[in-house]
Amino acid sequence: MTTDADTRVRGGIGESVKRPDGIPKVTGNFAYASDLTADGMLWGATLRSPFASARLVRLDISAALAMPGVHAVLTQEDVPGRKTFGQITPDQPVFVDGEARFWGEPVAVVAADDPETARLAVAAIGVEWEELTPLVDMEEALAGDEVFRHAPVRRGDPDARGEVVVEGYYEVGMQDQAPLGTEAGLAIPDGEGGVDLWVTSQWTHEDHDQIWRSLGVEPDQVRQHPTGIGGAFGAREDMSLHIHVCLMALRTGRPVKMVYNRQESFPGHVHRHPGRLWYRHEATADGTLVRMEAKVILDGGAYMDTTAAVVSNATYFAAGPYKVDNVVVDGYGVRTNNPPTGAMRGFGVVQVCFAHETQMDRLAAELGMDPLELRKRNALASGDPMSTTGQIIETSLPTVGVIDQLVAIPLPPPLDSEDPRRLPGGTGLTTTPQYVRRGVGYAVSIKNIAFSEAFDDFAEARVVLDATGVEVHTAAVEVGQGMVTVLQQIARTAIGVEQVAIVPADTSDIGSAGSTSASRQTQMTGGAVLEAARAVRAEALERGGGDDLTSEGVWLGGELVMSLDDLCAAAPVSHRTRFRHPPTYETDANGQGDPHADFAVAAHRAVVDVDTELGLVRVVQVDTAQDIGLALNPQSVRGQIEGGILQGVGLAVMEELILDNGVILNASFTDYLLPTFLDAPDVEMALIEEPSPWGPFGAKGIGEPPTISSTPAVVAAIRNATGLELNRVPIRPQDITGT
Amino acid sequence: MEVRFQLNGDDRVVEAGGSQSLLALLRDGLELPGSKNACEQGECGSCTVIMDGQAVCSCLVLAADVDGAEVTTVEGLGDGEVLHPVQEALIDGGGVQCGFCTPGFVVAAVHLFENNLSPETDEIREALSGNICRCTGYGGILRSLEELAGR
Repeated sequence: MTTDADTRVRGGIGESVKRPDGIPKVTGNFAYASDLTADGMLWGATLRSPFASARLVRLDISAALAMPGVHAVLTQEDVPGRKTFGQITPDQPVFVDGEARFWGEPVAVVAADDPETARLAVAAIGVEWEELTPLVDMEEALAGDEVFRHAPVRRGDPDARGEVVVEGYYEVGMQDQAPLGTEAGLAIPDGEGGVDLWVTSQWTHEDHDQIWRSLGVEPDQVRQHPTGIGGAFGAREDMSLHIHVCLMALRTGRPVKMVYNRQESFPGHVHRHPGRLWYRHEATADGTLVRMEAKVILDGGAYMDTTAAVVSNATYFAAGPYKVDNVVVDGYGVRTNNPPTGAMRGFGVVQVCFAHETQMDRLAAELGMDPLELRKRNALASGDPMSTTGQIIETSLPTVGVIDQLVAIPLPPPLDSEDPRRLPGGTGLTTTPQYVRRGVGYAVSIKNIAFSEAFDDFAEARVVLDATGVEVHTAAVEVGQGMVTVLQQIARTAIGVEQVAIVPADTSDIGSAGSTSASRQTQMTGGAVLEAARAVRAEALERGGGDDLTSEGVWLGGELVMSLDDLCAAAPVSHRTRFRHPPTYETDANGQGDPHADFAVAAHRAVVDVDTELGLVRVVQVDTAQDIGLALNPQSVRGQIEGGILQGVGLAVMEELILDNGVILNASFTDYLLPTFLDAPDVEMALIEEPSPWGPFGAKGIGEPPTISSTPAVVAAIRNATGLELNRVPIRPQDITGT
Repeated sequence: MEVRFQLNGDDRVVEAGGSQSLLALLRDGLELPGSKNACEQGECGSCTVIMDGQAVCSCLVLAADVDGAEVTTVEGLGDGEVLHPVQEALIDGGGVQCGFCTPGFVVAAVHLFENNLSPETDEIREALSGNICRCTGYGGILRSLEELAGR
């Protein structure tokens, strides 16, 4: 029995409560990192490597430093503490350390009176390079043993064989998170050798732990504050300008602001790993999977970032949500001179899902089976071992349920219009209707929630009840997903008091909440808030001698016995919690063990119209059924699902960074195509509410699954319309027309 | 150079640099950060303002060219503490997530509704196709504005 409020409080869980940051965001008053200012503020700008691989022969900052209005020019020599950073392995120099290893790598920064002077000073830095031959091919990198991580899986009988065999080779291009807000930060020196930083981040404490080391100061001399983030999707899990802007503030003794423009934002953050994947599935003639084998190479770029963890996910989810007893997987993350890669929504699972779902369709065709029937026959369920690691799945896992509920959603009517707005070519009037073919495709996915492999994953929260209501203090970063709303709802329901404010805390005020990533904050910080709020309620009831607590005060047997004022007259009721999910473990040398904390499944069905003459695709509708545990805020759930699906659609048909010898050729919003309002499909959804064993009120994280199987569903639909193989995403017009 | 224009209903006289964009003037010169800088190429609409009755990307307009013009930014909408119906609709309908694109969507949608009180779904999609949102998949924005159009 819980001690939760038995009087239903307004704005609690299950309601589509309005966002607390809605009004400032629609009026333009919400402060993003790029909007912050301070008196006497300088502007920073960055000199970047024009080559993917080059030796720095000469660096002369004297002309730049002599320019009026320039206050500092800093290079690797000026880093007083640890010369490198990186959250898994500190392998990236703060500035180029004699050799540039990717295009756009920072070489120096300038602090000047205004952005224009800073840019001019950057151009005045004398720099001479000896260009080297960049390593840009991931198979060549693997052959040369340039490996960040190799994760093997060996499970079952190596000699097991099936009667029906399907093999395939797949490629995934480099996708960019393209958050609307670029990297930005403001650093203000405290006058005592320390610094306060407001910066685009998904995980302030992890950044903080790297920043103070490079600044050569004590940990408590750096305080990282939460600020407005214009979207993240993984791009802010690794640092960008954080150390640079702090170094300049400490050197000049003045506040310094940096904002990347869009062109430098592209090399200024990590991207989704491009991948090459080789797959082999073997099944009995009746469609029971017997064996699966996969080799997965992910391009990790020049530095580690989160590549080791991405490889782990790609490896352990390589088999998808299917039971198969005999498994061989080798996942590799390799080092190249391509742009940096790391976290992006789906985190390694996107790449393998494209491959395993294509394999399932091909196997079904080979067997003469319905592709969904094949998936259901082999569907992983609660209580089963994971096919890769052997971990017994203890959470709910409605794999068959998501497929059945997806299929129950009605299909859209056939295309019967010559209205160009309904045609793939749009109002450009390029599509001839007779060439349009409709296709329908399906895909299913499984994703882990929260951090894995023995990582000490926790979230702290402090809940304080006083006469005016409840405050929730947390360092968890709201990146737009609506976490602040959900935390309010959890606190309201748990305490019984309607007035709840979320107070974003800096790194000195409270312990880490972990990253806003891995679909984890609803479960992790949500879990912390629930635990702390329940403790506050229990203490309030004890203090007031009652059996219920509301916004009025403490009640006993239906009578108000103590007002909130009186209850908190001496001191507020406060509780701080450090919440941990059930422990996870490292796997053994064969990839066997219990590396994951929780799982969720999703299924997608895409309906497309393809202009087979011009190779254009209109994604008409993408429907989904998702395993969400419990809808804490139905409107937010819908928003996460629709937004995630559109990023999956983007990877399927348009989003790719085009590289030439490590150089991004389309580092702008003109050339990197993003889905617009006219590209967005209609979305119908079914939400399956089977509780997670440890999510607050049974809720599961929901952010990533929409992005994972939506991509292969769209591709399957295009295959269905065209009969083409389409082994690579994104699909380009020439992949459809063959010309 | 000296530029005289009407900004959110007030007459303003400002100094503008020759190559300065209207967006830079608004954000850096006039301390109106509501219009956002996300691409500086007129691709994303985050900096949309209404200039002489047209919705334009302020990153593509030279500050000098607003001389004599009437400009409305997101800060000029609503009436004091009272939100513009478009702003209210976007909050109610789940049209806001990270919010970085939101001011541009608000201004573009206000412009749409000023010219068409009850736009059809396709008209909403087309009118806002110059504004990119990376968070919502546009569903929440569409439902918000459909609801407003139906009122």
